Amino acid sequence: MTDYGPLTLHVPEPAVRPGGTPDFSNVRIPKAGAVPRPEIDVDPETIRDLAFSIIRVLNRAGEAVGPWAGLLSDEELVEGMRNMMTLRTFDARMLIAQRQGKTSFYMQHLGEEAISCAFRKALLPGDMNFPTYRQAGLLIAGGYSMVDMMCQVYSNSRDPLKGRQLPVMYSSKEHGFFTISGNLATQYVQAVGWAMASAIRNDTKIAAAWIGDGSTAESDFHAALVFASTYKAPVILNIVNNQWAISTFQGIARGGAGTFAARGLGFGIPSLRVDGNDYLAVYAVAKWAAERARRNLGPTLVEYVTYRVGAHSTSDDPSAYRPKTESDAWPLGDPIIRLKNHLILRGAWSEERHKQAEAEILDTVIAAQKEAESYGTLHAGAKPSAREMFDGVYAEMPPHLRRQRQQAGV
Amino acid sequence: MARMTMIEAIRDAMDVMMARDERVVVFGEDVGYFGGVFRCTAGLQQKYGKTRCFDAPISEAGIVGTAIGMATYGLHPCIEIQFADYMYPAYDQIVSEAARLRYRSNGEFTCPLVIRMPTGGGIFGGQTHSQSPEALFTHVAGLKTVVPSNPYDAKGLLIAAIEDPDPVIFLEPKRLYNGPFDGHHDRPVTPWSKHDLSEVPNGHFSLPLGKASIVRDGAAVTVLAYGTMVYVAQAAAAEAGIDAEIIDLRTLIPLDMETIAASVRKTGRCVVVHEATLTSGFGAELAALVQEACFFHLEAPVARVTGWDTPYPHAQEWDYFPGPARVGRALVETMEA
Repeated sequence: MTDYGPLTLHVPEPAVRPGGTPDFSNVRIPKAGAVPRPEIDVDPETIRDLAFSIIRVLNRAGEAVGPWAGLLSDEELVEGMRNMMTLRTFDARMLIAQRQGKTSFYMQHLGEEAISCAFRKALLPGDMNFPTYRQAGLLIAGGYSMVDMMCQVYSNSRDPLKGRQLPVMYSSKEHGFFTISGNLATQYVQAVGWAMASAIRNDTKIAAAWIGDGSTAESDFHAALVFASTYKAPVILNIVNNQWAISTFQGIARGGAGTFAARGLGFGIPSLRVDGNDYLAVYAVAKWAAERARRNLGPTLVEYVTYRVGAHSTSDDPSAYRPKTESDAWPLGDPIIRLKNHLILRGAWSEERHKQAEAEILDTVIAAQKEAESYGTLHAGAKPSAREMFDGVYAEMPPHLRRQRQQAGV
Repeated sequence: MARMTMIEAIRDAMDVMMARDERVVVFGEDVGYFGGVFRCTAGLQQKYGKTRCFDAPISEAGIVGTAIGMATYGLHPCIEIQFADYMYPAYDQIVSEAARLRYRSNGEFTCPLVIRMPTGGGIFGGQTHSQSPEALFTHVAGLKTVVPSNPYDAKGLLIAAIEDPDPVIFLEPKRLYNGPFDGHHDRPVTPWSKHDLSEVPNGHFSLPLGKASIVRDGAAVTVLAYGTMVYVAQAAAAEAGIDAEIIDLRTLIPLDMETIAASVRKTGRCVVVHEATLTSGFGAELAALVQEACFFHLEAPVARVTGWDTPYPHAQEWDYFPGPARVGRALVETMEA
C-alpha cells in the first residue's frame, strides 16, 4: 500500500477563449527604457534577466527613451515607416487577390511588420536570412521587386520560382533571403550551418535564423541551439512570438518555461526579449546581436514579443479559437501607429504626410500588381510550362526523368 | 595503384578531395579526433585541422541540417551518419530540404552534399545497426543513391559523389569494410588484399554515377545486386552451377537501365537480390522496370531474394540474411520456371 494518489495530466489553456474578455494581464510589460544595454562581449551568465524582461524604446507618449534609443536618424525612421506601410498595403492587396481567386493561398503580417522591416536594416550585403513565411519585410525593406514577389504569389509566367512553390515561399539569394521551406524549423539549423561555413572560411558574413513560437517545440530548434552554442556560430537566432501557432496558444510550445528567450540560457547563449511592435527596439537589439556575431562572439537568441492580428493564413479563421477583440487588447499596440506617433513627435512626420504616403504607396503597389497580373495569375493568363516541371530536380536530368517527361508529352 | 581495404579507399577518397578542394569538410559523430567508429576518417583531423574535420554532437538532424546550410553557403560537406539506422532524425532534412533546394529555389540554392552511412547487416548488430534503408532514399526526387561493393569502386564513386552538384546518399556495406563477404559466415574472412578490386589508383580518380558493372558474364540468368549481395550472388551462382550474368548496380539513382535491359534481353531471366526488406524495397522497382523494358524477352517471372519483412533480428541474423543458399534456390527455380 502506498499513499500515492492518481496522477493527472496537465494540459495548458489560454487565459481566454471566444466569447470571453481578452486578458493580457499575464504579459508583464516593463517601462520603455528600463532594460539596460550590456556590452556586446558581456558574460551571458550576467544578463540572464534579459530573457525574462522586454527591451522597449518607444514609450506611451511616443518618445524614444533609455539605453537602446538613439541609433536611427529621421531619414532612416521615415524609410522604416514607409517599408512597414508598404508591407501592410502589399498584404492587403494580396489578400483581396486571393479572395478573388487569383492565387490559392496567402499569409499576411498584420501587426508584425516592425520585426522583419527593422531587422533587415541591421544586416549587411552578403548576410543570409533563413526566414519563415512571415518575414517578407526582409524583402520589402531590402528593396526587392514587389512585381517579382507578386509573380511568385500568382505562380505566373514570370514567377522567379517557375510555379514550383506555394505562394509567399519566396527565394532571393541576392537579397539574402533563403528559399522558404514551408516545413517548420528545418531552416533554423541550416542557418547555423551556413554561419559555421562562414567561420570555417574565415569570411565576414553572418546568418539569421527565424522561427515562430509554436515551432520552437520542433527538435530542429534544439539541434540548432546545440550546434550554435558548441561552435559559437555567427548567427542571430530569432523567435517571433506572435502568441498563436494557428489555433494553438503559445503556452503549448512554451510549457513550463517562463519565456521562449529562456530556452537559450541552458545553452549559454545570450538571450534577449524585445518589444516586437517597436521598430526602434527591434533595430537596436538586432544591431546588438549582429555586432556580436560579426565580432566573433557567437550566437544571440532574440524573442520578439508581438501579436498575430490577422489569421494564420487565408485558410484559417481565428474567431473559432480566440476572442475577436483580442488584438485590440494587445498591450504593445500597433507598430505603424507607434512609429508614426514617434515621428510626429520628432517633427519628421505629420498626419498629412502619413495620408499622402498611404496614397502614394497604394498607387505603387497597385501599379506593381497590374504589371504582375499582366504576366498571369494562378488560374488565368500565362503560366510556367508543364515541361519546366521536370527541370531542376538535379543539375543534369537523369534518364528516368527524361523518360517521364516524354511520357507526359510536354 | 595501392592495395586498400574499403575503409582505406573511402578515407583516401576524402583525403584526396580535402587536399584538392578547401571547400570539402568532414564531420559527424566520433569523426574528428578519434577518426570514426569504423576508422574511415582516421588521420584527417591531424592532416587538415579541426575546422575541416571535426566531431559533432549526437544529433543527426543537426549534422545534416548544418551540413545543408554549409552546402548552400558554398562548401562541399562530406558527412558521416554513424550507422544508416541512425539516419531517421535527419530524414526530414534529407527529404524536405537537401533533395528539394535546387528545385524549389529554381537553382538559386543548391546542395552539393555527401551523406555517408554504413549500411547492412552481417556483424551481429541487431535491429539498430543492420538496416538497409536505400529504398527510403531512392523514393525521394532530388537524391542520388550510391552503394559501392569494393575498394576500387568506393574510392572512385565517393570522389564522384563529392564532386557532384547535388546531394548524394553514400551507403557503405559495413560487412565489406574489411573484406569481400559471400554470406558464408561460418568460413574464415577473406581479406581485401586477396581481391583484384582492392587495387586502387593513387590520387584523384572518379567513376561515373549511373554506370553499373558486370562482375560476371553469363548467358543463363541476370542477377541484379549491389553491396554485399554482389558476392553472395557470385557464390550462389558458382555453388548452384548456373551461368549467371551478375550485375553490380553501384548506383541505384541514377540507374543504369541500359546495362540491365541489355542483359535481361540476352538471358531472358532475372533475379533481383537485396538485403533490405521485401515489400516496397528497391527490388520491387527493379522488377517493375525489367518487366516494362523486357517483358517479351522474359522466359520466367522476375524473382526477388531479400531480407524478410521483419526487423533485423539478432540471434537469427543468418536466418534473416539472404545468403547463397536462398539465392541459389531462386536461381534454380528461375531456370526451371
